[in-house]
Amino acid sequence: MENTDIEQRIKKIVAEQLGVNEADVKNESSFVNDLGADSLDTVELVMALEEEFECEIPDEQAEKINTVQEAIDYVNQHTSH
Amino acid sequence: MKKMYSRVIGTGSYLPEKILTNLDLERMVDTSDEWIRARTGIVQRHIAADQQLASDLALEASRRAIDAAGIQPQEIELIILATTTPDMIFPSTACILQDKLGITGGPAFDVQAVCSGFIYALATADMFVSSGKCKHALVVGTEVYSRIIDWTDRSTCVLFGDGAGAVVLTQSNQPGILSSHLHANGSHNKLLAAPGNICGGKIQGTPFITMEGNAVFKFAVKVLEEAVTEAVTANNLQTSDIDWLIPHQANIRIIKSTAKKLGIPMEKVVTTVDQHGNTSAASVPLALDIAVRDGRIQSNQCILLEGVGGGFTWGSILLRW
Repeated sequence: MENTDIEQRIKKIVAEQLGVNEADVKNESSFVNDLGADSLDTVELVMALEEEFECEIPDEQAEKINTVQEAIDYVNQHTSH
Repeated sequence: MKKMYSRVIGTGSYLPEKILTNLDLERMVDTSDEWIRARTGIVQRHIAADQQLASDLALEASRRAIDAAGIQPQEIELIILATTTPDMIFPSTACILQDKLGITGGPAFDVQAVCSGFIYALATADMFVSSGKCKHALVVGTEVYSRIIDWTDRSTCVLFGDGAGAVVLTQSNQPGILSSHLHANGSHNKLLAAPGNICGGKIQGTPFITMEGNAVFKFAVKVLEEAVTEAVTANNLQTSDIDWLIPHQANIRIIKSTAKKLGIPMEKVVTTVDQHGNTSAASVPLALDIAVRDGRIQSNQCILLEGVGGGFTWGSILLRW
């Protein structure tokens, strides 16, 4: 699967979970600082990523996923997509 | 032999008079009404008076449930009471409630499953009643969480409230409770706890609530979704067959997230967390009583009760009203 596809899937999930326009979701966007997420939003976002990519993201790893790019990198490194 | 069921024939609840609003909390700790509402959906919670114990709240709720059932207290043959905040170390709050109701003889005991306590208690009572061991059972959830809250800890003190709810179960050849499913995963016992204990007359460890909020949120949403799916599957139903979902009232975000994952519209979910906060074992019977008394719950409807709490424990009860 192409990396751009993963990027699009993640941006779609982020937009849906955080209630923002997909166009506003950039690779460098921080969930909390740029997209208005609070701590529970980020938990739900991680759960949505786990569901979409059929993986389990441990809490200590989840804490390091603060931007869209960090989510893309995590999925690329840890799942078979 | 014809299958016997247990049916809820009366509900009751009680909330202490004193109300603590988010604005009151703003004056006590560094928090804000906006923050609390956005993270929890809670606007206010009730707080027991200094002399009010869990059994006192339970007594009021029980009397209302017994009145609604149209029976006499003497007809109660079993009391199962769920609480995390008992009157004393022993005897059980169920025995103290039995005394306050002026009855004796039948078994009375407490169940400790934290916020799933009422689900555990009702599932247990159902086994007694549907197997013919007793005709009428009183099942109560009662809590005075205000006693185990650290009022300087802004991350937990905004979440909880005091209250009680009760139901009377009776034997019936019509359902009634259709299924109960209980679960626990003790490996998560540290995520949500009041870990203190008493030794040699002194408290060892903190007697206040400690919680890893984000981990609790994630676990709760996951197992509540599983619990609903398990209950409807076991009864050959669809989630769309549920007329009312009555979840444990911990946090509106958990409730909404679960409902969304299950495709259950919020119009079919009874919520009281805004007015009561998290009343732990009391939240489900409180919400049930409110929806019965305001006429939302009607005869023959399909009702799903579900809860999750420290332990971790979780479970569901599906019933035909």
